[in-house]
Amino acid sequence: MATTTTTVEQARKDRSQDRQKAMLADYFHKLAIASETGGQTVHTFVPGNLTELIRSFDLLPVLPEINALQSGMRQKSGEYIQRAEKMGHSEDVCSYVKCDLGMLAGGNVGLTGEPLPRPDLLLLSYTGCFTFMKWFELLREETSAPTVMLHVPYQADGRITESMREYVVKQLREKVIPALEKLSGKKYDEDRLRENLSRSAAAEDDLVFVLESAKRVPSPIDAYFAAVYYVGPIFSAFRGTEDAVLYYQELREEIEDRIERGLGPMTPDGLLPEEKFRLVVEGPPNWTHFRDFWRMFHSEGAVIVASTYTKVGGVYDDGFRHDASRPLESLADYCMGCYTNRSLPARVEMIANYVRDYAADGFIVHSVKSCNSFSAGQLLMLREIERRTGKPGGFFESDLVDPRYFSPANVKNRIESYLQMIDQKRAGGTSR
Amino acid sequence: MDAPVVGESLESIVARAEDLTRDVRLDAVRAWKGEHPGKKAIGYLPVYVPREIIHAAGMLPVGIMGGGDQVEIVKGDAYFQSYLCHLPRSTIELGLDGSLDVLDGMIFPSTCDVIRNLSGMWQMLFPEKYVRYFDVPQDFDDRVGGEFYERELRSLIDDLAGLGGGEKVTDEALRRSIALFNENRAHVRAIYAARVKTPWLVPTSEVYLLLRAGNVLPVEEHNSLLGQYLEAARASARRPMDLARVALRGTFCEQPPIDLVRTLERAGCCIVDDDWVLAARWPKDDVAVDGDPVKSLVSAFLHRSPECPSVYLAEGKKGEALVASVKACGAEGVIFAAPSFCDPALLDQPMTQAAAKAAGIPTSAFLYSENTGQFQSIREQAGTFADSIKLS
Repeated sequence: MATTTTTVEQARKDRSQDRQKAMLADYFHKLAIASETGGQTVHTFVPGNLTELIRSFDLLPVLPEINALQSGMRQKSGEYIQRAEKMGHSEDVCSYVKCDLGMLAGGNVGLTGEPLPRPDLLLLSYTGCFTFMKWFELLREETSAPTVMLHVPYQADGRITESMREYVVKQLREKVIPALEKLSGKKYDEDRLRENLSRSAAAEDDLVFVLESAKRVPSPIDAYFAAVYYVGPIFSAFRGTEDAVLYYQELREEIEDRIERGLGPMTPDGLLPEEKFRLVVEGPPNWTHFRDFWRMFHSEGAVIVASTYTKVGGVYDDGFRHDASRPLESLADYCMGCYTNRSLPARVEMIANYVRDYAADGFIVHSVKSCNSFSAGQLLMLREIERRTGKPGGFFESDLVDPRYFSPANVKNRIESYLQMIDQKRAGGTSR
Repeated sequence: MDAPVVGESLESIVARAEDLTRDVRLDAVRAWKGEHPGKKAIGYLPVYVPREIIHAAGMLPVGIMGGGDQVEIVKGDAYFQSYLCHLPRSTIELGLDGSLDVLDGMIFPSTCDVIRNLSGMWQMLFPEKYVRYFDVPQDFDDRVGGEFYERELRSLIDDLAGLGGGEKVTDEALRRSIALFNENRAHVRAIYAARVKTPWLVPTSEVYLLLRAGNVLPVEEHNSLLGQYLEAARASARRPMDLARVALRGTFCEQPPIDLVRTLERAGCCIVDDDWVLAARWPKDDVAVDGDPVKSLVSAFLHRSPECPSVYLAEGKKGEALVASVKACGAEGVIFAAPSFCDPALLDQPMTQAAAKAAGIPTSAFLYSENTGQFQSIREQAGTFADSIKLS
């Protein structure tokens, strides 16, 4: 079993981590005092979020999925979910939705212990997930907030057509922008949007550098567990801000430094001394046992070198960048390009490419009960990726934020068995 | 399966409808193709596709509602996790065992994430077949969602033309098809109106079978069957029964087994409103037959779609349509019967159930799946609900 080593130097928090923490604390405080300062909030979703546009009106984006996952990490989600179920919500449905509704019913206290504001506008960016629609219909019932729908067509044939783009741009022009103008009392300022988009592209360049650094052997990063933190600012309220640009510059410098020093990934228990397995992961993490889950991999020397979850808020490693020269078209392409808005064949292609390009020993499908958008079809994806790559796939199930569906012993057992299988295949000369 | 004969008895009409409902291996479609060499059949999943376009292309639209309680899942479970609904696993089963080979293509309407992803699975499993994910707009403005939807419909027309074996979809042909489906919807509306007025003459267990029979029949034949049924049912000597009038909601995609419907009736529930086989009632009234027929289909979808959990409610409050419908059909309560793990139905339910309760309408709720075989607890629950309505 690999062990992690912790020295004062290695375990020090990276500057980027401190910066992100400060950004989040400051932002959540801003949200908490929004009603006193006249700040207005736009609730929206991570996939297909229009942060640059929202911020160009000086409005504050709020992302309920982020609140839900943070509730999971803070061990609050179980209580929120049970509260929602007592209110009449089915055990069968998405735990993010129930976590959010249960949190709202219990005072809507957020990450920093301060209450989050109720929505001034629900921007239903309907991208890659049907449940989003039901989620905001429910939230509208609870809050009576005005709602604006942005219907993002699905990339069923693996491409964005001109018709799809035209439809999204038209909704942006004729529905979303007027709703933001009405809420903010400000006119749409395209130059301001362009400035935001330029900053987004700069941050996206640096993020891609960081994620692709995992192509190195050994990888300097964990591209799933640690990368959840890396994508935080760009997936949430900060894309298009100067803060995000600085964060990603700093993060990139830190990774460059790690590369120069030949260091592997940092884990919650310190530096990983030896990379024994290189894996690709499909599916979101479990949040209620996030660190335990991570430890199940790194304690075995397994490093995640690429993941699909880090693409739900935008796929940038295929070359897409927000483009200030075509602002609304670029936002439309961004929305349609998010990972869960891509067809199953396209997702298979992406993962198979990751396995190849990142020299992975295999791939894991973490199938979550709550998310049909991710999960329906994953068993077929698994077979197809195995067929294409010749690498073994592992499959196990849990949930996003419902702690009742994470069985640590079971998951650990499966991970260990899977890694043993890779070892055996290696011994037989069929892998690496 | 023989074609209906004029003057056929009510029992034989219903028996034929039941045979067609249970025809999950599509014998009727094979027979149609045998009689129409070279013609194509296109399957579609719940909830809605514009069947008129498939018909106008000279093809047979075939409603695929899963395997119900007739298909043993041998391979399908290996494709889906336990926490997903049953319809996709039985549909995959039917695809893999060759039952759907007779179809030349499949259309997967924009219903939920599971059906959406099933379209991708179909692309991978059956690469030789035509597969289309059919995106309908969630923006209902003629100039925005309408223009997008019109382009989608015209693209579907082009796709079908590209398959060969069909006919060019001219405006005239499409108008003729629209007229035939208008007739179909008019028959269905007449049966539903008769059920509201005289439910003992047109019991829901029969209505359900008659609707489902249309999944595998040419519309012309289905029109004839529906007409004959209503005529025969009205002429029957059935007598009124003392049942509780209820509306049923949640069945818009994965369909309940017929024995579940019969169980509810035996438990004392007279179903006078429901949301199953919605494609047969979509839009709620006629599609215009004059003007540009594609634009007519667009307008009908945007402005006259029934309330359904898979369609965004842009205006008004959830459950208003249900309450209005309950009042219109004189229902005394609502049963929410959702398939297990059906996100759209189950996420909708707290809102619609609250609206019903706020309007003073009693409600009851249970879960089912298309292959549910044990009905005792449902019978007891529905019986208690019916009794409580009758005694109140």
